[in-house]
Amino acid sequence: MKEIINLPVSKIEEEEYHINMGPQHPSTHGVLRLVVSLQGEIVKSLKPHCGYIHRGIEKMCEKDTYPQVIHLTDRIDYLSAHINNHAVCLLVEKALEIDVPERVKYIRTIMDELARIQSHQLWWSSFGMDLGGLTCFFYGLRDREMILDIWEETTGSRFLQSYNCPGGVMQDIHPNFQKRVHSFIKTFKKKIKDYDRILSGNVIFEQRSQGVGMLSKEDAISYGVTGPSGRGSGWSCDVRKNEPYSMYGQVHFNEVLRYGCDTYSRYMVRMQEMHESMNIIEQLIDNIPSGDYSAKMKAVIKLPAGEYYQKVESARGELGLYVVSDGNKTPYRMKFRTPSFSNLSVLDHISRDMKIADLVAIGASLDLVIPDIDR
Amino acid sequence: MDNDSLKARILEIVPDVQQEENKQYLTLVVPAGRLHDLAGELRNTPDLGFDFLFCLSGVDYGKQLAVVYHLNSTAHKHSIVIKVKTDDRVNPAFDTVCDIWRTAEFHERETYDMFGIRFNNHPDLRRIFLDEEWKGYPLRKDYADEVNIVEF
Repeated sequence: MKEIINLPVSKIEEEEYHINMGPQHPSTHGVLRLVVSLQGEIVKSLKPHCGYIHRGIEKMCEKDTYPQVIHLTDRIDYLSAHINNHAVCLLVEKALEIDVPERVKYIRTIMDELARIQSHQLWWSSFGMDLGGLTCFFYGLRDREMILDIWEETTGSRFLQSYNCPGGVMQDIHPNFQKRVHSFIKTFKKKIKDYDRILSGNVIFEQRSQGVGMLSKEDAISYGVTGPSGRGSGWSCDVRKNEPYSMYGQVHFNEVLRYGCDTYSRYMVRMQEMHESMNIIEQLIDNIPSGDYSAKMKAVIKLPAGEYYQKVESARGELGLYVVSDGNKTPYRMKFRTPSFSNLSVLDHISRDMKIADLVAIGASLDLVIPDIDR
Repeated sequence: MDNDSLKARILEIVPDVQQEENKQYLTLVVPAGRLHDLAGELRNTPDLGFDFLFCLSGVDYGKQLAVVYHLNSTAHKHSIVIKVKTDDRVNPAFDTVCDIWRTAEFHERETYDMFGIRFNNHPDLRRIFLDEEWKGYPLRKDYADEVNIVEF
């Protein structure tokens, strides 16, 4: 007993040691390993180890035709599946200079915003759960179910829809679509107040998130942290505003910006974005023009030789698609600039000198999706 | 700044650039030796202000290996594409730009992992997705893997 008391405590605290967070850890939301160097419980540095779910999608794309590539993009960021499909379609349509019918633009935009809402709902659920509020998880998943039901009816699938195809969408919307979207928005507008009551104004939550994981605007730009995480640092990086596509140039919505630069700001951006997404859907849902749900496309799609780039705003940030075409029906090289990959790179920088418990909150506020990192 | 004046400004900094045809972005191939200087100028000159490296990709053009930098200025809202190419397929190497844009650190590791292109002065150049023991660079066109890649 005497020996233990006489241990030089200061020496123990000075010593740095490493622990592995993951690859199986509830707060990494997938197979990501963080090697964390700790001094006491203070994070001194961390090294992410990726690749546990690397499937070589970019290599596979070089063997697939463009309509086939769409099915792989679902699997990159599965929570923004619609938005990823949209990126490929926009790129093909831009390269072939095809105008898609107005109806398609409306449907795609509504679907994108539904995807954004359900992605943020799941993010909110797991954020709450990571910080110990298990109720959040049940609330979020309960409400997300309504969107999955809407998708199931129209696209035939709940999760990985592959609903977009070059030139349009796979099939027309279900007759119930508008009615059910209305009913979802009506319900969710009431429910989202509960979200704020549980977490946003909660004292414990505020103490866990305010002033934690500071990311300045300059660093956000330098590290390429886009999406709600970048906008939480006051960086106006919304692709929907900067380079509008589909209907985003014609609807009114605010780009949500917060200037707190901390975990709480990134949280508030996403909460506010759900309101904005509902606002966009409300402007479009009653005005879907009649017409074809797809433009006429050739059976075999070949892009003219050249290089193309297409950006879209996925739920996590800027998704970029870089394609080198040699004129064949398969891309010569296809690169996905995924938002989570760049967002992960900043984790070491912003979690230094924070407590290891804060690392969980910071990681959750970046909203990482691991297949989006590994591809 | 529009594409013509951007090109004129860059020709002032690096005289021997080649323009490639691209409908969307001004695309310039610069000599590999001048890459780091040019990158610093692009980032730090106020009227250019390319502070956001939004994509960094490796490309295997068959004979040549290339690295493609997509740059954007958040203040001036203009974009540009810079390419560097090398004929050396055994020991391809370029200077790192991760001291200029921090996001390049991970992207360069990925390019090294998939194409075997080394980046001089990179602080932590290791494979990022594949095992350290992995043989070859999968995204190169001459990569062969009879076990995992099934040819139809």
